Amino acid sequence: MKHAVIPVALFVVLAVFLGIGLQRDPRHVPSPLIGKPAPAFALPNLADAQRVVRSQEWAGRPYVLNVWASWCAACRDEHPVLLAFAQQGVAPVYGLNYKDERPQALAWLQAHGDPYAASLFDAAGRLGIDLGVYGVPETFVVDRQGRIRFKHVGPLTPQVVREHIVPLIQVLNKEGT
Amino acid sequence: MSSPPPDALDVRVQLLAAELRCLVCQNQSIADSNAPLAVDLRAQIRELLQAGRSEADVRRFMTERYGDFILYRPPLDARTSVLWLGPGLMAAGGLLGLWALLRRRARLADDAFDPDTVLGSEAGAPDTSDMSDVPAARAHEGKALG
Repeated sequence: MKHAVIPVALFVVLAVFLGIGLQRDPRHVPSPLIGKPAPAFALPNLADAQRVVRSQEWAGRPYVLNVWASWCAACRDEHPVLLAFAQQGVAPVYGLNYKDERPQALAWLQAHGDPYAASLFDAAGRLGIDLGVYGVPETFVVDRQGRIRFKHVGPLTPQVVREHIVPLIQVLNKEGT
Repeated sequence: MSSPPPDALDVRVQLLAAELRCLVCQNQSIADSNAPLAVDLRAQIRELLQAGRSEADVRRFMTERYGDFILYRPPLDARTSVLWLGPGLMAAGGLLGLWALLRRRARLADDAFDPDTVLGSEAGAPDTSDMSDVPAARAHEGKALG
C-alpha cells in the first residue's frame, strides 16, 4: 500500500493547482499600470468639440474614469450602476468615449442618462491604447497625483463599487493630508 | 488590379504583430486577428517603426500598457522561471524516478516477481526456484477461500 503514497501525493498537488487555476478567469489580463501615472492627454470634450481637455485639469483629487461607447452593449448594463455612483458624489466620474461617433455618443447619453462631469472624445482610441484598454467598458480609479490605483474590466456591478471603488476613494482622499 | 508587394516596413510590422497576442481574441496574434484593437495596434506598430523606433522599443511600448501577457514569448525572470523551466525539470525528475525504480527492481532476486510475493520488498520470497512452492501457493489460496 505504501507505494501508493507518492503517486497520490503528486495527484493531490496537481489537483490543488488545477482547482486554483480553474477558478480564475483566463481572459482576465492584469494591468501593468496600477501604481503608475495615468497617461497624459489633450482630447476634445465630447459635448463641445472646440474645448480641449488636458490631463492636468483633473489633477488634485481622486477621480473615476469610465471607458464607454454607444456601440457597447455591456456599457448599457452597467450604466445604472454608474449613474447611482455619480449621484453619491464620492468622486467625480469622467467618461472616455472610445472609438465612437459624436452624434451617436451624444444621443446615447441623452437616452440613458449622463453620469459624467465631462466626457473625452477619443475617436482614434489612442488614449485607450495608452490606458491598455482591451475590453470596453473599463473603469479606472486615479489618485490626486494622477496615478492609476485600480482598474476594472467589464461592466461595473454594485458589488465592485461597494467593495473596491468607494473604500479606495476614501483612502485616496485621506492620502497626502 | 493586384496590391503592391509588401515593403520592408510592412514585413517588420507583420513580424512584430505575429509575436503579440490579440487580447480580444486571445487565441490569435495581432497579425492574424481582425478585432478592432488588433487593427489599431498594427497601425500603432507601423507608426512607431516609421518614427525610427526599434523592435525592442515596440515590445516595451506594448508591455508597458498591456503587460507581459501580450508577448507570446514572455521574458525569463524570477516570476516566469517556473513556466520556462518547470516542464523540463518535471520531465527530468520523472526520468530520474523511473531510473531509480528500475535500478531497484534490477537488484531484486528473480523470484521477487513471482505474483505470490510482495513486489518491491527487498527481502523477497523464501528462495525456492523449483516447483515445490506451487502446492504451497495453492494451499495458501485454499486457506483464503475456505
